Amino acid sequence: MFPLGPSPWGFSMPAGTILNLDRAKTWREKVGLAEMLKGGVIMDVVNADHAKIAEEAGAVAVMALERVPADIRRDGGVARMSDPELIQQIQASVTIPVMAKCRIGHFVEAQILEALEVDFIDESEVLTPADVANHVDKHAFTVPFVCGARNLGEALRRCAEGAAMIRTKGEAGTGDVVEAVRHMRAILSEIRIVQNAREDELYVLAKEHQAPLELIQHVHKTGKLPVPNFSAGGIATPADAALMMQLGAETVFVGSGIFKSSEPAKRAKAIVESVLFYKDAKKLAEISKGLGEPMTGINCDSLTEKELLSVRGW
Amino acid sequence: MGTRVGVLAIQGDFACHLKALYSIGASALEVRTAEELDQCSHLIIPGGESTTVGKLLQRFGLGEEIQSRARARMPIWGTCMGMIMMAARVEDSEQYSLGLLDITVKRNAFGRQVHSFEAPVQVEGVGEVTAVFIRAPVVTDVGSTQAIATFDGQVVAVRQDNLLGTSFHPELTGDTRLHEWFIKEIGSAQRG
Repeated sequence: MFPLGPSPWGFSMPAGTILNLDRAKTWREKVGLAEMLKGGVIMDVVNADHAKIAEEAGAVAVMALERVPADIRRDGGVARMSDPELIQQIQASVTIPVMAKCRIGHFVEAQILEALEVDFIDESEVLTPADVANHVDKHAFTVPFVCGARNLGEALRRCAEGAAMIRTKGEAGTGDVVEAVRHMRAILSEIRIVQNAREDELYVLAKEHQAPLELIQHVHKTGKLPVPNFSAGGIATPADAALMMQLGAETVFVGSGIFKSSEPAKRAKAIVESVLFYKDAKKLAEISKGLGEPMTGINCDSLTEKELLSVRGW
Repeated sequence: MGTRVGVLAIQGDFACHLKALYSIGASALEVRTAEELDQCSHLIIPGGESTTVGKLLQRFGLGEEIQSRARARMPIWGTCMGMIMMAARVEDSEQYSLGLLDITVKRNAFGRQVHSFEAPVQVEGVGEVTAVFIRAPVVTDVGSTQAIATFDGQVVAVRQDNLLGTSFHPELTGDTRLHEWFIKEIGSAQRG
């Protein structure tokens, strides 16, 4: 057993949420992989050919899916974990990390994905939830998890359950960045409020955010989530990606935005470059040139409450 | 020039290295361009994804800039992806690397993420460190370099004059001895 020294993200294990050291032992490796993915683009892919295009463009990881969120939205019905065969084909085709999605609360899908040795599991609202109250107990797994969040409380509840990475949810499959912006701004402004609160106000803030006090205290001390904070849901252009990075995202997920556009390879490469040069408007202008048609997209305002994916998760 | 450590910030855990460097009072900066590279006496290539960083180094010509600094004996240290990037040869791959260290590396030598782990490792000149291995590579041929750490019979750290490569991530542990050693010891090879 190795002692858990101070970690670079300043996150000692939250008391009360970690039950034993065997679980704690893998924590640094889990968050460590999330650290390795910073400053990059994670792309949704539905087959080995897409995965190769993504890797060639410079993606830091791919998300193996049967359908991109735009198609899940169009097709309706129950969206589930992908066929293991498809995941294995994608794993065999690239050397970068391969992620896959399980339904919210569906810990057996997660067990299967862990058995397949995917590198990260996304417990995702894009799939149809399997449990309307509980998320997966992510501490029980060796594989790290990423979860979506719309606000600070939701993000910290997922961290308490063992998520090693948070991504703002946005509204997947729309190509409309407005919700991603809303969620990133919400989380970061709520962090600033917690950071600036008096210590004796943190108890009430924990109650208001419905989050563990230890994690609220961590945010107060560090001004950051306990784990890396990425962005997802509606990013379709290099400018969208750079917008999320400037707002404070540490990496971006691009789902339907690439393979629903007219020239995926070109757009994928441009989005990777836009994350590298996210503060350099001259370079962004150059990068954004001649990329063909972006995905058509759906205006988020036109969606009814029932059609929103981001409201899934509790 | 005084000591100023650049951390290649194309992609990866560069912020963790910066934090470690600041904690020992070192002057440090993020490096994305040749101009920023000019401001450094030392360079660290962090952990991350080697295919991504390799492609971007190639696309923007920064790779050649780093190669010319290495020839001028700038101390350069690569952790995990950084060591892959510094290697002359990558097993079963035609991916781009800088070819600074005369080694062959094997990527993901321990397997996928579920096989990531940490273990105590003796590093020559530094002592025992907690080595965090994340989808880590190993050195399968040390060439003309000096192996300075092994784990389970496999070489996980090498040194060659002003160059240092480690399979693991000291920047994730809060233990800054390797950072200090890199600045002082590897840095002195520059003048030697």
